[in-house]
Amino acid sequence: MGGLQKKKYESGSATNYISRNKARKKLSLSLADFRRLCILKGIYPHEPKHKKKVNKGSTAQRTFYLLKDIRFLMHEPIVGKFREYKIFVRKLRKAYGKAEWGTAEKLRGNKPGYKLDHIIKERYPTFIDALRDVDDALSMCFLFSTFPRTGKCHVQTIELCRRLSVEWMNYIITLRSLRKVFLSIKGIYYQAEVLGQIITWLVPYQFAHDHPTDVDYRVMATFTELYTTLLGFINFRLYQTLNLVYPPKLDGKGEEESRAESEEDYAMDSERYMEKLSALSASLVRVVSTAEAEEAELDHFPAEGEDGEKLAERLKARQDQDRQEKLFEGLKFFLNREVPRESLAFVLRCFGAQVSWDKSLCIGSTYDVTDETITHHVVDRPSLEKQYINRYYVQPQWVYDCVNARMLLPVEDYFVGVTLPPHLSPFVEEKEGDYVPPEKLKLLALQKGERPEQEEEEEEEDNDDSEEEEDEDQSDDEDELKGMEEKQALGKASSVKVTPGEAKPVNRQRAEQEAKAEEKRLAVMMMKKRDKYLYDKIMFGKKRSVREANKMSAKRKALDEASKANKKKKLKK
Amino acid sequence: FKSTKERKPKKKQNVSADGENQEEKVTSGSDSGLRVSSQVDEYEQDTSDEEDIRNTVGNIPMEWYKDYPHIGYDLDGKKIFKPIRNKDELDEFLDKMENPDYWRTIHDKMTGTDVCLSDEQVDLVHRLQQGKFGDVNFNEYEPAIDFFSNEVMIHPVTNRPADKRSFIPSLIEKEKVGKLVHAIKMGWIKPRRPKETAPQYYDLWAKEDPNAILGRHKMHIPAPKMRLPGHEESYNPPPEYLLTDEERQVWEQQDPDERKLSFLPQKYLSLRAVPAFSRFIQERFERCLDLYLCPRQRKMRVNVNPEDLIPKLPRPRDLQPFPTLQSLVYHGHSSLIRSISISPSGQWLVSGSDDCTVRFWEVCTTRCLKTMEVGGPVKSVAWNPAPSISLVAVSYGENVILVNPGLGDRLICSATDQLISSYEEPEEVKDQQVQWAVPEGKAQEQGQRLILTHPKAVKQVSWHGRGDYLACVMPDDGSSLQVVIHQVSRRRTQNPFHRNKGAVQCVSFHPSRPYFLVATQRYVRVYNLIKQELTKKLMANCKWISSMAVHPGGDNVICGSYDCRLAWFDLDLSTKPYKVLRHHKKALRGVAYHKHYPLFASGSDDGTVIVCHGMVYNVTACFCFSSLALSHISFYSVREWCVSIFSPQLFGLIDVYIANHIYSNLGCIVTITLPTLSSSQVRKASSSFALTLHCPKL
Repeated sequence: MGGLQKKKYESGSATNYISRNKARKKLSLSLADFRRLCILKGIYPHEPKHKKKVNKGSTAQRTFYLLKDIRFLMHEPIVGKFREYKIFVRKLRKAYGKAEWGTAEKLRGNKPGYKLDHIIKERYPTFIDALRDVDDALSMCFLFSTFPRTGKCHVQTIELCRRLSVEWMNYIITLRSLRKVFLSIKGIYYQAEVLGQIITWLVPYQFAHDHPTDVDYRVMATFTELYTTLLGFINFRLYQTLNLVYPPKLDGKGEEESRAESEEDYAMDSERYMEKLSALSASLVRVVSTAEAEEAELDHFPAEGEDGEKLAERLKARQDQDRQEKLFEGLKFFLNREVPRESLAFVLRCFGAQVSWDKSLCIGSTYDVTDETITHHVVDRPSLEKQYINRYYVQPQWVYDCVNARMLLPVEDYFVGVTLPPHLSPFVEEKEGDYVPPEKLKLLALQKGERPEQEEEEEEEDNDDSEEEEDEDQSDDEDELKGMEEKQALGKASSVKVTPGEAKPVNRQRAEQEAKAEEKRLAVMMMKKRDKYLYDKIMFGKKRSVREANKMSAKRKALDEASKANKKKKLKK
Repeated sequence: FKSTKERKPKKKQNVSADGENQEEKVTSGSDSGLRVSSQVDEYEQDTSDEEDIRNTVGNIPMEWYKDYPHIGYDLDGKKIFKPIRNKDELDEFLDKMENPDYWRTIHDKMTGTDVCLSDEQVDLVHRLQQGKFGDVNFNEYEPAIDFFSNEVMIHPVTNRPADKRSFIPSLIEKEKVGKLVHAIKMGWIKPRRPKETAPQYYDLWAKEDPNAILGRHKMHIPAPKMRLPGHEESYNPPPEYLLTDEERQVWEQQDPDERKLSFLPQKYLSLRAVPAFSRFIQERFERCLDLYLCPRQRKMRVNVNPEDLIPKLPRPRDLQPFPTLQSLVYHGHSSLIRSISISPSGQWLVSGSDDCTVRFWEVCTTRCLKTMEVGGPVKSVAWNPAPSISLVAVSYGENVILVNPGLGDRLICSATDQLISSYEEPEEVKDQQVQWAVPEGKAQEQGQRLILTHPKAVKQVSWHGRGDYLACVMPDDGSSLQVVIHQVSRRRTQNPFHRNKGAVQCVSFHPSRPYFLVATQRYVRVYNLIKQELTKKLMANCKWISSMAVHPGGDNVICGSYDCRLAWFDLDLSTKPYKVLRHHKKALRGVAYHKHYPLFASGSDDGTVIVCHGMVYNVTACFCFSSLALSHISFYSVREWCVSIFSPQLFGLIDVYIANHIYSNLGCIVTITLPTLSSSQVRKASSSFALTLHCPKL
């Protein structure tokens, strides 16, 4: 019966977790290397359920990893490479210390490096897995590609990031899979749909960064190392699926023509190709030169367990998408020099527009300002001296709003010098009870094909009238009450008497509602403690959201009234 | 300009020239070392030594001889005298003008003579000035003949025999190579790696192996995506999303972690005006940190419909009857009513108040039939539950008086009087802690029959079901005399407990069995009066019991407590509460059971009375109404058809709530409006058929 006495912390959760320091020692790595390894392998800490048990009775703050994860890391060949690198650095330092330049040179020639291919393959066993995780990679690459080529990180990294991001943009243009764009104060958000995956990335505005001091660039660099590898492989695969040549090549037709003199001023020979690619104005070469008419109609088969309605819905969504993809088809844009060229060129090209800019602004412009066939001229300055008659002069927000609305919005609101309507986030999907800004409602009406402008004003007037009427009603009620009270006061003085009472009309509906509410209140009172807690929490959240929505609408109302009053004042003046 | 510059040195030379250069010329022509001549004499050509040393003073500044007649010494040690110079500026000038060789004449400081340079000498100077070789015939670009070349010549350059070491392998080299080989063998030196030629990127997922998806991947929790931006992040948001000045101040004062928005929403008139976001890199970095430092956990989001959480209880309407409507208000007391009690016949109501009066009311008409003044604020009143006795116990201060109100059946009243007056003094008078006295005079007329004076203030009185025994509570933490039981017929008092078990809050007789329930702060003790022992100790899970009620069936007990709980005990089951209800928000003051229906009510300081329908399988709150502060409630449960609840209020009102449908059965609803009620209360109580009765103040 006896058996061995069980000791504490030798089984159960205490043996499943390992603290960071212990893990580091087990792998015999420095903290920086351990951090790097965790980043590359995607190992993250775990929060044990019973912290004290895992911590062997101590309550000190510790980071815990799963022991399984750490064992998994032990087999990683890259750990060996890290050690090799450490040795290399030591040898090199020694050689320099002894001024043995030959040895140092020899060592440098054999600098150990590592590749992350197998890690990518291991972390993302299928291509879709990799695509799902590409959001952060893209944001990081776009950020790094805007870094200055001094300090902070290797020039090669910056160049690679730039190359990969340009390749990605070119792919999106070719696929025409951009869905949403949003100009935020942080940067520009893009959302695209690639192979059924929704991918969102953020691009900073084209300004110099003021580099913060509280940021560890080594961590960022490690992430970038992983992300560039990942993005490179993804790009390769994506280009392959579209039968595009990788690394991308510009379409041969334009090659000779575009070798204008101005280009020599713009870029050196070695850089010209990259620059032209990043200008985003030309299409790419395909491996198999496909005929233009590849647009064979797809057959639609209902998926399993899908009825006709759903199929129809899907078809409609598909049609909508097709229409959106051809949003700017046949339009010819010219970008003035003050607008963000890259972003606009990218967005416009994604939706089938032709786009050009001033020759001196950037390489790759295809036509001049004087071109008569230009339909839209994107301008972002208060006024323009020389205007052509047969084109619209619009502000850049028009382009973005059109993309988000999936339709060509009326240009009047976006003319040069006009106060712009608010730019709404396309990512917000309002649920019931949430606050919906009136601009969004207007947009939804527009999308349905209504033209609500004049009606709305009338409605507003109507509303005012009805409100006044209500006020009157209320005051009537109050009068009656007062009268009754007076009568009662008179009655107090008199002695006992019986008068026929007045039959009070009973609002049955309301009474019923009240009864129901009372019933519910009593039922809530009878709840179990545990359920009550949850219920209270849910109701609190609901109430808060309602309160917030109300607050927003009240704020808006007040602002609208203020602006109306201002307008009236101006008119009177 | 060039030409003038060339000329200048010539002029200078001319200036230094002398008029007597004729004779000088002769000497310089034969002796000058500068002269290139084709003489045979070897030593004459030799310029290695200082050439023509006629003056032996050496290389010294000649100014030193400025003041002497001689200029130095010749080889023989004789003075060399300065030539007689009589040339002045004018001579110089004339010389410059007339002498064609003036430009090639130089003054020799050593000898003090003027020397005229020959053509060859001038040429040499020119060549040296141009950086050329002095010798005209010297060819600096002559073809070089490489003697020691790879081409094997027929004749050796030198006739030296080859060294031995040239055909024996070098030992030193061998040693060196050996060392290198050894180092390579040992892995100390690695040959330079060949450059990688494989492309950097290729189709990594060319063969997607389904076996590659390990358990790890199933366990892996992907990082949540970045939160998508809302309208407030737009560069040109709708105006309501911008923060007002107050909101902005609040935002600035908040801790960065507590802020709801991590940035201040801003509006720019055009895209051109939008600056760079200063925290861009930080935010990306924070995201990186989140990715590798944050513990990930799968959390089940509670996605419940709050309606599902509400228990499915029978509808209160199905549980009727229970009081729902305020119908009667008894008006008369001028201060807080502490206690009420209903006569066993159900016709009368007695109430005791802080205004030192006891009032007797007729229940149905709300008419006050009798008002009796007593000597202090009334703490408790209790109508004798025996139907054959008409006696009310009233406690105020340290006294308890037994009152015969003289209401109702005359026979019963007189029988009661007789019962009390028939008492005969026993032979041996025991010394009792309570004085029994018979009042006289006015008090007797008012109906007071007995006055019991206690040593301490009496808080509660409670009758036994038969009507002979009366229990009084005198709460005192330190004494064993807290509860006394009086026997009215024998005017005897006994103290059942000899030991103090905590401050007694209230007591009650069991309706059917010989039990006596005593509630202290935390426990209810059930004593068997016959066996004189403790039967049960009920643990109410609350801090301080305020009130207690026993079900007429005798199996259930409810306790109200000051910590908002109502504990329901089933005496058959356990000593722990069968159910604890926390319906009230504040301390409970009174609880009551209905005699026939499974209803119980609780009144609380939060101004509500809650009537619950309690069956063993579930408890349903039926009705809740609010009134002002409550002290004591009781059910009116005499007549079967009438379910009502009395709740005395502050300021001397007693509200009566009556079950609605009873009155509907009766066919009419009577609203009795008292002047203190506001019109809204009238409206609340009225129905579609209403008759208003105006009556004067009672």
